Amino acid sequence: MATVTATVPGPRARARHWFAGFAQRETWAAFAFLSPWLFGFFVFTAGPMIASLILSFSDYSVIQTTHNVGWDNYHHLVHDPKVRSAMKTTLIYTVMVVPAHVVLSLGLAMVLARIGRLAGVFRTIFYLPVMTPAVAVGVLYLLLFNGDHGLINSGLGLVGIHGPFWETDPHWVKPSLVIMHLWKVGASVVILLAALMAVPQHLYEASAMDGAGKWRRFWDVTVPMISPALFFIIIINTIAALQTFDEVYTAFFNASTPFGTDATLFYSIYLFQEAFVNFHMGYASALAWGLFLVIAVVTAIQVYGSRRFVYYEGDKR
Amino acid sequence: MQGWRKSLAFASLIAALGVLAFAATLASAHSTTTKAGSLNIMGFGTGDDVAESRAAIATKAAGATVNRPSGGFNDQQFLAAVASGNPPDLVYLDRQKVGTYAAKGAFVPLTSCIKSQKISTKQYRIPGLNEVTYKGQIYGIPEFYDVRTILVDNNVLDQAGVKLSGLDTSNWPRLLATAKKLVKIENGKVTRIGFDPKIPEFFPLWAKANGVDILSKDGLHPHLNDPRAVAALQFAVSLINAQGGWDKFKSFRDTWDFFGSNNEIAADQVGAFPMEQWYYNVLAGSSPKVHITALQFRNKKRQPINYETGSAWAIPKGSKNPQAACTWMKSMTSVSTWLAAAKNRAQIRKAKNQPYTGISTGNALADDAIYKQTYTSINPFFDQTVKKVLDVQRFSFNVPASPASNEFRTAWNDAINRVLAGQQTAKAALDQAQKESVAAIKAATK
Repeated sequence: MATVTATVPGPRARARHWFAGFAQRETWAAFAFLSPWLFGFFVFTAGPMIASLILSFSDYSVIQTTHNVGWDNYHHLVHDPKVRSAMKTTLIYTVMVVPAHVVLSLGLAMVLARIGRLAGVFRTIFYLPVMTPAVAVGVLYLLLFNGDHGLINSGLGLVGIHGPFWETDPHWVKPSLVIMHLWKVGASVVILLAALMAVPQHLYEASAMDGAGKWRRFWDVTVPMISPALFFIIIINTIAALQTFDEVYTAFFNASTPFGTDATLFYSIYLFQEAFVNFHMGYASALAWGLFLVIAVVTAIQVYGSRRFVYYEGDKR
Repeated sequence: MQGWRKSLAFASLIAALGVLAFAATLASAHSTTTKAGSLNIMGFGTGDDVAESRAAIATKAAGATVNRPSGGFNDQQFLAAVASGNPPDLVYLDRQKVGTYAAKGAFVPLTSCIKSQKISTKQYRIPGLNEVTYKGQIYGIPEFYDVRTILVDNNVLDQAGVKLSGLDTSNWPRLLATAKKLVKIENGKVTRIGFDPKIPEFFPLWAKANGVDILSKDGLHPHLNDPRAVAALQFAVSLINAQGGWDKFKSFRDTWDFFGSNNEIAADQVGAFPMEQWYYNVLAGSSPKVHITALQFRNKKRQPINYETGSAWAIPKGSKNPQAACTWMKSMTSVSTWLAAAKNRAQIRKAKNQPYTGISTGNALADDAIYKQTYTSINPFFDQTVKKVLDVQRFSFNVPASPASNEFRTAWNDAINRVLAGQQTAKAALDQAQKESVAAIKAATK
């Protein structure tokens, strides 16, 4: 019996195939339509990234003459105690906020999936905070989380809980920022709701017939079926958490007299201070690449881990 | 196909008309430019009556088309403008920033401007000028002059049976005892602050009161961990700790309606605190019936001291119209312009039946003229505060211009926040701040 071996095209063949596409008008038309995005990408994303990479090896300060400093900025980055402190704050916050975000948004999406008609109204209500400007959220944070006179602690007081000093106690600042962040889960709720609605009902019926209970159906049907959406939310929110800036900056640093401490000095805030307060643009560029590296590593780990947990329909695993 | 071509032709026609209209607008804008060219100012957007009435006079004097985009001075915006090779012709900013930009060569010395326009520097208050002088050269023209006195709520003192003499900042044990008498804590919550030391922002004042300048006159040598500075911080923090501690203290202070009619003085929520003079003007507008007293801040030797700050005008390197910029600065800060603005404000206040407390400027001659010619008695309380503000102006000191002003300020500000949050002792925090600021100044002067 003859065996048929599938031949995988080599890189040369693939390149030839890719270039051959340009012989067709449709390829040119496709690139013409893509050109606005490509232009934006090269001018506003790739260009500045390359520029910042070059600047990270200099002492660029906008105003003074720029000199090449080799790896000095990266050497300083590794030994700067503020970088360690800011990165620690950022990572702790990320570890706290991402799971909380996923659990809450999934919970809300599941509730919305059950309530039928009014789901549209609630979906809008949940989404509204997403559109609130970050500066307003920062100011609102100060009002809501005021230790003795804020709404949160007043509410806790009604049930006999003496709330902490969220804004001034270094141990409670990060949890309070996490709670504030959860106010904006609307976008994830909408994505997860769409994923939940797309889960085929017959899978639930079949598993029910097999005697699976509610929890079993949730873990063995719902979670695998919505795992791509969950994975997307985890990735996006991890990146956003590692880049946290605006709400925290507004609440603690954006005043003539900032009250920020190490507990609120996030990596992006330190980066901003180095660039636009102290004019160390070269060092700030190195800090930006440091953050890029951390995000890339964390994302790579998540992508690698997702191979075991994320199920795509049609996937053979 | 025919339709497609027609659409394309129509779209081209519309685009061509758009380009023509845009060109016409540019041409028309250009035609309105006056002989003295245009003057682009950053950091001086539309302001209050004092700003606008002076701007009208200065615009006339400069004879240029003045562009003033909205908003205050923004470092990010300024750096972007410099990086793009299109810096503004003139900037209006906090005096404390001038030294940093001067050290980096972003501002030009005003020697030739002062000489050519025959600007008398003697008219400006010396501490204000010191703030904008770097390595012996003047880089800015001082504008407003913020004076700090102790604002006292007489009602609170009466309620607590405390005399004004108890608020003597030269006698720390007595001041601490007074703060304890004035503070009110109900059900574990602070409901009235006795004496607010206003740290971190007024730390230079407390250090000076204890006999030390936090930065040397040349702006190159910080004295943050000087034992006297450490003791000053320890005392200021002890004041807060004696009034419920930082958590409760700040929590209550954050609820104040600072600019409203139910502000902390009108609501008797504070006994006393050091404050800039402009706040008397706010109180005059929002709650003119308050019973207040202004006291001078005294050092340990019982001498009055005043920590001054304010704003300034400066010309960036690359300014395309330094001539008009210089004329504008001179006009904005001249005696006649300040006086005109003060008269205008007095009239506005009179029309609204609101008290007028004067204007505190960086020009000593202007202040004399303003208070002699425009101030009329309001009531014994506001009259006393105005007199006190004028009295303390001559006892002013300033934090000198430094090549690393921002880093220096961040260093001591962060240090105090760490102490307030209970993360470090005053000594450890100021040691760290000293180390950070020495490194920053060293890097800035490399």
